[in-house]
Amino acid sequence: MDPAVFLIHCLNALQYGLLLFLVASGLTLIFGIMGIINLAHGSFYMIGAYMAFALGPWVDRTLGGGFVATLLACVAAAAVLGYLLEAAFFSYLYRRDHLQQVLMTYGLILVFEELRSLLVGNDVHGVPMPAWLQGTVSLGGVMTYPVYRLFISAVGLAVGLLLYLVLTRTRLGMRVRAGASNREMIGALGIDIDRLYRLVFAAGVALAALAGAIAAPVSSVYPGMGSGVLIVCFVVVVIGGIGSIRGAFLAAMLVGVVETFGQVLFPAAAGVLVYVLMAAILLCKPEGLFKQG
Amino acid sequence: MRKAVPLLCCAGFLLALAILPAVAGGYATGLALKIMIYALFALSLQLLVGGAGLVSLGHAAFFGIGAYAAALLTPEGGAASLWWLLPATLSGAGLYALATGALALRTRGIYFIMVTLAFAQMAYYVFHDTAVGGGSDGIYLYFRPEPALGGALLFDLADDTVFYFFALACLALGWLFLGLLRRSPFGAALAGIRINEQRMRAAGYDTYPYKLAAYVLAGMLAGLAGFLYALKDGFVTPELLAWEQSGLVLLMVILGGLRRPGGAVLGAAGLVLLQELFQSEAVFGAYAQHWHLSLGLAIIALVALLPEGLVGLPARWRARHDGAGPAAGLGDEGADAPGPHGTTATTTRPADAPARADGRVAYTLTGDPHA
Repeated sequence: MDPAVFLIHCLNALQYGLLLFLVASGLTLIFGIMGIINLAHGSFYMIGAYMAFALGPWVDRTLGGGFVATLLACVAAAAVLGYLLEAAFFSYLYRRDHLQQVLMTYGLILVFEELRSLLVGNDVHGVPMPAWLQGTVSLGGVMTYPVYRLFISAVGLAVGLLLYLVLTRTRLGMRVRAGASNREMIGALGIDIDRLYRLVFAAGVALAALAGAIAAPVSSVYPGMGSGVLIVCFVVVVIGGIGSIRGAFLAAMLVGVVETFGQVLFPAAAGVLVYVLMAAILLCKPEGLFKQG
Repeated sequence: MRKAVPLLCCAGFLLALAILPAVAGGYATGLALKIMIYALFALSLQLLVGGAGLVSLGHAAFFGIGAYAAALLTPEGGAASLWWLLPATLSGAGLYALATGALALRTRGIYFIMVTLAFAQMAYYVFHDTAVGGGSDGIYLYFRPEPALGGALLFDLADDTVFYFFALACLALGWLFLGLLRRSPFGAALAGIRINEQRMRAAGYDTYPYKLAAYVLAGMLAGLAGFLYALKDGFVTPELLAWEQSGLVLLMVILGGLRRPGGAVLGAAGLVLLQELFQSEAVFGAYAQHWHLSLGLAIIALVALLPEGLVGLPARWRARHDGAGPAAGLGDEGADAPGPHGTTATTTRPADAPARADGRVAYTLTGDPHA
């Protein structure tokens, strides 16, 4: 393979993996800390993308525009949505067993998809790319790489780093990590667990929505975009080990590489490869690469 | 006396299905046929979830493999013989269940859910991305198989009424088989595994073969349901294996209630009818277009209000009626337990349901023995 082509595929894999990480990090935290199997997490990705589509023109008119402002608006709106949803719906699920959580969040997917159809319709929409990110970078010779994809990777890396710092260097992060390894115990130690749950949930929703919003100009927004992401992210979470951010990052990179190169090298088997990877890893390590931590 | 009530309900339900073609039109018969096929599908998953406590989110793979096997093994020019098409279909689904189950059963709890999902997605992508079964467009099945015996046809499946009764017979036999299985030592061992696998091992049971046998049996029954589905529509698409389908059948099982196989049938009927209701323009007008919204809300409400599923309703109602608390109704249920050990525990499990409020039961259901 030509080195420049190889580099392009590597960059694509990185970008895809980082995008997956944004969604999966929230999923793994919600999974690990609150013990909730949230099938509706893919819907938050979809909501983020649709918000970028719907809020973009509004932000342009009222705040004088700016892609970054749109992204921030999406993240803020999603965090509020997550906070309210946790209070109104998800806090009720903690007492239920996993099966019932699966069912109720499955019901929630249907509700979100149909609300999306009622509000925005079923058409595929493009989301404009900001002018300052439309260019390409030369990779030597005739090969170029779009700046916007580099931007996605940069945002993913920055958020990943921020998440790492918050989780390892702050008191809040310490509580979150403690919650992931033993949630009964931190409740017993007098941590306000309801508030912690609400914050983690809001952050998870905001991360998924951010992923959706920055992916929207590349992928456009379309019905059912959440469920495809959801399944891959569950694969990432399970490969990484439930509740482990580090595991989710590694697994997201792994899945990004396998899926990107799979599509190039074995197009017919591309869809299967990720699941083969997951099955293989779980058979060696039945609880994922990093079991919590 | 109460022991006979569930049995009478089953018999009544099957009887009602049997006389339906004589009294109702084509629409109702078609709907009933769909219910029967999904009921068989849900029953097969009930063996895993309600029987052995193995929650699979990839059960649609076996349904789809059954359907594809029926379509692919039928020659293009004419009908295949039922006597080899049906066993071939069942062994196809059974073999996939054996291969994937042998690996998936090494994991437990949530990881098991995800591995079964992964194996189902693999099968989905094989049919979706390769030309084996016509890719994402699916494949047609023009001829229903013929049950020939000594040169003559025993019955003609191409006739829709005959096919209806064939499906009904499959459902009745499958249901009977699962009912007997539940009362057998094998069923008691599965119940023991569901309640406390560690203890079963300590009692000298090698639990892995039991779970694998249940997994393969469930896969074959789901394959049978898929086989019937392919014959019904004459058309098979990869969507039959999609994870939404697995979620749907899991929904039927849980909606109906896990305590007895009848719950799966009830859940299948309930969900198919709900879908039909919410899609009906006569009831909901233009809003019927957005029937997913009502279905989603109905699912959330049903799970929230009926944690024990639809079969839990009579006991719940009785308990309220007698004013004796839920324990009274559940004591009655205990009366039909045959075995003294494992099955007694099965029937006392719903009594734990109120205890869920303090999260105790959550442990047994996460399936983590070290918790």
